[in-house]
Amino acid sequence: MTRLLDVENLTLQFDTDEGRITAVDGVSFSLEQGEVLGLVGESGSGKSVTAKSLMKLNPGNAIYGPQTRIALHLDDGSVDIMSLRTSSELQLVRGGAISMIFQEPMASFAPAITIGKQMVEQLLIHTDMSKKQARELSIEMLARVGISDASRRFDQYAFELSGGMRQRAMIAMALSTRPRLLIADEPTTALDVTIQAQVIELMKDLVAEFGMAIIFITHDLGVIAQTADTVAVMYLGRLVERGPVREVLRSPGHPYTRGLLEALPDLEDLDRPLTPVPGDIPSPLERPSGCVFHTRCQVAIEGLCRREVPQFVDLDEHHRAACHLVARERGAA
Amino acid sequence: MSERALITTRNLSVHYPLRGGLIGPRQVVRAVEGVSIEIARGSFFGLVGESGSGKTTLGRALLRAAPITRGEVIYDDGEVEYDLAAIDRAALKDYRTRAQLIFQDPYAALSPRMTVRDIIAEPLEVMGLTKTRAETDERVREIAARCRLNLEHLRRFPHAFSGGQRQRISIARALVSRPRFVVADEAVAALDVSIQADVLNLLKDIQRDMGLTFLFISHDLSVVAHVCDHVAVMYLGRLVESAPTRELFAAPRHPYTKALLSAIPSLDPDDRGRAQKLEGEIPSPTDPPPGCKFHTRCPFATDICRREEPRLSQQGSAHDVACHRWQELAEGGARA
Ligand SMILES: Nc1ncnc2c1ncn2[C@@H]1O[C@H](COP(=O)(O)OP(=O)(O)OP(=O)(O)O)[C@@H](O)[C@H]1O
Ligand SMILES: Nc1ncnc2c1ncn2[C@@H]1O[C@H](COP(=O)(O)OP(=O)(O)O)[C@@H](O)[C@H]1O
Ligand code: SF4
Ligand code: SF4
Ligand SMILES: [Mg+2]
Ligand SMILES: [Mg+2]
Repeated sequence: MTRLLDVENLTLQFDTDEGRITAVDGVSFSLEQGEVLGLVGESGSGKSVTAKSLMKLNPGNAIYGPQTRIALHLDDGSVDIMSLRTSSELQLVRGGAISMIFQEPMASFAPAITIGKQMVEQLLIHTDMSKKQARELSIEMLARVGISDASRRFDQYAFELSGGMRQRAMIAMALSTRPRLLIADEPTTALDVTIQAQVIELMKDLVAEFGMAIIFITHDLGVIAQTADTVAVMYLGRLVERGPVREVLRSPGHPYTRGLLEALPDLEDLDRPLTPVPGDIPSPLERPSGCVFHTRCQVAIEGLCRREVPQFVDLDEHHRAACHLVARERGAA
Repeated sequence: MSERALITTRNLSVHYPLRGGLIGPRQVVRAVEGVSIEIARGSFFGLVGESGSGKTTLGRALLRAAPITRGEVIYDDGEVEYDLAAIDRAALKDYRTRAQLIFQDPYAALSPRMTVRDIIAEPLEVMGLTKTRAETDERVREIAARCRLNLEHLRRFPHAFSGGQRQRISIARALVSRPRFVVADEAVAALDVSIQADVLNLLKDIQRDMGLTFLFISHDLSVVAHVCDHVAVMYLGRLVESAPTRELFAAPRHPYTKALLSAIPSLDPDDRGRAQKLEGEIPSPTDPPPGCKFHTRCPFATDICRREEPRLSQQGSAHDVACHRWQELAEGGARA
């Protein structure tokens, strides 16, 4: 395996009218080439901003922590993302080495420009193709993602396509520059299960063909089970568990991950009651001390969890969780 | 069964005229076409199908909020009986207190300038159901408590609440008039799983305690499997299958239902690639294909499917299906 990405101590705050909020707090992880990482967690847990940080795509009110290091390892050397300043430096990464697709494909396409024109423009920025080559590749990519009649679609606007087709066109555009890393932020959440199954299938085929790594952000653990090699669980800006997909889904270590799985309806067991994670996710303005999950954790350790931030402990070779209880059980074993 | 139905529709159609097009034949969107269902009193009735299949439109027609182009909708709660296609104004006013809607989006549905108390009280005031402020307050407090909102919550404005709390406010508002029939259209779709479980449990508890009947519209089949006792499947405005939940999930008969169920992503990572993939997308309801509406995507389509629209079988059981070939397919003899 070859390392593609190292994220160390990513901390991100936003200046808002209500004060400074911490959206990401000391998140570290790495990614191998070709790895599909599923990033899960409740809304507001910091998934999207973590992903956007990899391209420094957060808006002007974002403040990165001084300890934050993000290294992207490419064939011709490593890029220190945090040191990129100018838009031309960032352009090399955005839409080049890293592409991103969104839940709402309309966000990726300018409404007044045809799909084809946008695809060609992006290729002209990131490759040394001629206009003609860029056009040919774009049409080929549209056909590759299952859009029939691709040369006609090339000249259409995004609003003229159905939801499923738009999603495919967005994937085609994101992959045409052959990125090393694709970030997919809830790409199937707005789709019907039938179309979702088609898009998942397509993404799997493309990973096999192009060999890029994917960060797949979703709140749907079924989608994770079907696509990811590894899973990272976030809660209130912190990474709380990380491991291979089978281990995290079958033997979750962190109480929050367990809570998520118990809240989920499972078709295999219709009699099992749905157990919500008690309480609500706290506001980022009032982040709990110690373990950020302690206000909702039913197995919190009196006097400890409220005061001390838990460190990661190994459950298995690649499976880790940040929890005092897990640490205690491990220590005892 | 039929004397215990709260809602009975017979051949219900909802068509919307398309704007423009002065020349040529006038086009209509056949959002709902010839749907006959019975929703038993006290049931949690699920409605599923892809986007654009007509779920919301059917739900709105049952609330008399979409035009009833053809067919009948009978509401009968034991106290009153209404024929919704021919209902007069006074009866409609009464019906509005008996049938309510819970929206999908807990963020858009609540006015930001009203306190939670006023939001919940509004339907009582608009419908004139209470005489004094004290009586209104009493009703609001009672339903708020049931939805796990306390007095402190009632004084606040909705922006200060999380998604799950907002949905509980919407639920309290829908239930304050003490309806018998509630349409919940994607009521948990915008919520995180941890909150979704909480809201689903609340809906189930309320349904049981207050003897309500729910039409639960959802695109999430796992959720439907967990909360509904009966499920109807729609495709391009038509009802294609309707059965008790367990039966539908254990032994689906319609090829479309089978495809929908197999598209649900399994929680088991070793169960990948099991889905029988459904190709293509739902056709436009302005230009539906002839014969069986599903034939353009059905792996089992034959000549008759392309010519003749299958009727909903009424097997005398509660499991109905509209497919020419379902029996043959169930016997396992048919080839794609
Ligand atoms: N007021 C209207 N005027 C014209 N067409 C309409 C109107 N309301 C709905 N339709 C059309 O009727 C069809 C059914 O729509 P409906 O909203 O009932 O679908 P749905 O099953 O609820 O879909 P979703 O899962 O996306 O909510 C669609 O093709 C829709 O575009
Ligand atoms: N531009 C911004 N300005 C202020 N706060 C933001 C901004 N973007 C995100 N946030 C906040 O950061 C936190 C994490 O957000 P996000 O990454 O979007 O969560 P997720 O993707 O997990 O739902 C939230 O509290 C959100 O409100
Ligand atoms: S550290 Fe304590 S509060 Fe946090 S998840 Fe573990 S047991 Fe619960
Ligand atoms: S009637 Fe024919 S086309 Fe329609 S679902 Fe049945 S087999 Fe398929
Ligand atoms: Mg997000
Ligand atoms: Mg709808």
